[in-house]
Amino acid sequence: MMNDWDVIVVGAGPAGIKAGEELAKRRLKTLVIDRKQEIGAPKRCGEGLSDRWVTVSGLKPDPTWARQYINGAILISPKGKKIVIDSEKMGRTGYIIERKMFEKFLAANAIRAGAKFLLKTNVEDLVMEDGFVKGVVANNMGDTLELRSKVVVAADGVDSRIGRMAGLNTLLPLAEMDSGFQYEMAGVDLLDPHKMELYFGKSVAPRGYVWVFPKGEDVANVGVGISGTDEKTAREYLDRWLENNKRFENASIIEVNAGGIPVTKPVDEFVGNGILLTGDAARMVNPIHGGGMGTALEAGGMLADVIKEAIEENNVSKEKLKKFQDIWMEKHGKEFANVLKVRHFFEKLNDEQLEAIADIVVKGKISPDVFVELSHGQGLGKIAKGIIKSSPSIAKLIFEFIKR
Amino acid sequence: MVAVVNRDKCMYCGACTSVCPKLALELLETRIKVYADKCIDCGLCVKACPVGAIRLEERK
Ligand SMILES: Cc1cc2nc3c(=O)[nH]c(=O)nc-3n(C[C@H](O)[C@H](O)[C@H](O)COP(=O)(O)OP(=O)(O)OC[C@H]3O[C@@H](n4cnc5c(N)ncnc54)[C@H](O)[C@@H]3O)c2cc1C
Ligand code: SF4
Ligand code: SF4
Repeated sequence: MMNDWDVIVVGAGPAGIKAGEELAKRRLKTLVIDRKQEIGAPKRCGEGLSDRWVTVSGLKPDPTWARQYINGAILISPKGKKIVIDSEKMGRTGYIIERKMFEKFLAANAIRAGAKFLLKTNVEDLVMEDGFVKGVVANNMGDTLELRSKVVVAADGVDSRIGRMAGLNTLLPLAEMDSGFQYEMAGVDLLDPHKMELYFGKSVAPRGYVWVFPKGEDVANVGVGISGTDEKTAREYLDRWLENNKRFENASIIEVNAGGIPVTKPVDEFVGNGILLTGDAARMVNPIHGGGMGTALEAGGMLADVIKEAIEENNVSKEKLKKFQDIWMEKHGKEFANVLKVRHFFEKLNDEQLEAIADIVVKGKISPDVFVELSHGQGLGKIAKGIIKSSPSIAKLIFEFIKR
Repeated sequence: MVAVVNRDKCMYCGACTSVCPKLALELLETRIKVYADKCIDCGLCVKACPVGAIRLEERK
């Protein structure tokens, strides 16, 4: 094993693999390490990925991983009102992917670009010298390895333990984590095999939603995300929802998944001397729907440029690497802050109020597209205007909220 | 009290490890390692767990 790397990437998820590829493309000697024995499995994901991110990542949908074409979504209100969003019209289509195949596909690309991978290897500690991260101490199938590098990229997912080892504050407050649980099921009676179904309501999923993401004519990821602080478990919510749903009578489970989703703001500091955080580890997750694969992929190119320059200038200090954080925040900081605000507004609404909003959309007072806007941190004003006659109290809440 | 993981229920998903303020939990491939000496029995991990696989038990 070579022991003199330019960059060591901890974590072979979407963020780490893509970072590995982009770094290798810039002729940096790059090693990607993961503790798992198989890339991509077990998945902790609903596997929804929009075309926009596929394109941003320089990819084309490939049949090995792009399982099901998605042309829209159906939102279901607490009382069962259905709101159909046509994403084709909006130019925002996407795929439900097979994540395991996707990550292996990405890894093969990274390896073609020159990156090396080491699996079943848990990073237990960082090598620290003169206040700089200089590598990692890892357990490779029972053997302890000390691996040295100029820069470490922490792409270790929601855990973000590597960042904490380097003294960065990545602790995820419980109230800002969604607890997720999911079954991949076959024999599912789907409303439309090319639309994602999203179910809302306090008894369905406090703060979050139940999702049904089609992976075929009758196969789907059926999951729930709820606020981490809830007394009941995510599994209890999902099991109860399935029991009460006749459409799932003939469905059964082919895979069980769980995971934590950081629905919070990005960490205050993505970087330290010789270290840089990306993906879930930096909380690059849309805090309204919890999707994090796209931003994780996109960040690979951004961080590779910054690291390349830093290594060339022989300066991997925190100040130098901070350029990555600046670029990322410039691109997404404002939008994600708005999304978080919108989320905070919606989590205070009760089912009756949600129903009133669904009502004006169903009656055609505002376009269902407003829900797509909400997921980008916009659209509250539109709802306020549309609802001012039927529920002035909600309009007032919104206006007060926007003013703050 | 100290956090104890029920290995039959555990999904090895890392929701608990992410919210532990003391790094008292570590996710390994198919195991959650509990550093009992670090645990301050705050119970955050218990709430975070999607399947109810962690409990606080009396220290032995
Ligand atoms: C239930 C659920 C549903 C979701 N649904 C969607 C969805 O539909 N669409 C979407 O875009 N996003 C979704 N997400 C979020 C998405 O899964 C994450 O945003 C994405 O995986 C982040 O990628 P990442 O590379 O940053 O982290 P991860 O994919 O978590 O990868 C981190 C990797 O680091 C490894 N690692 C960690 N610590 C160490 C260590 N010490 N040593 C060695 N290796 C280590 C891990 O084994 C892991 O492979 C969902 C999440 C959950 C939990
Ligand atoms: S009880 Fe608190 S300190 Fe102990 S393991 Fe759980 S989260 Fe960590
Ligand atoms: S949150 Fe629960 S299921 Fe997930 S790793 Fe921790 S104990 Fe296991």
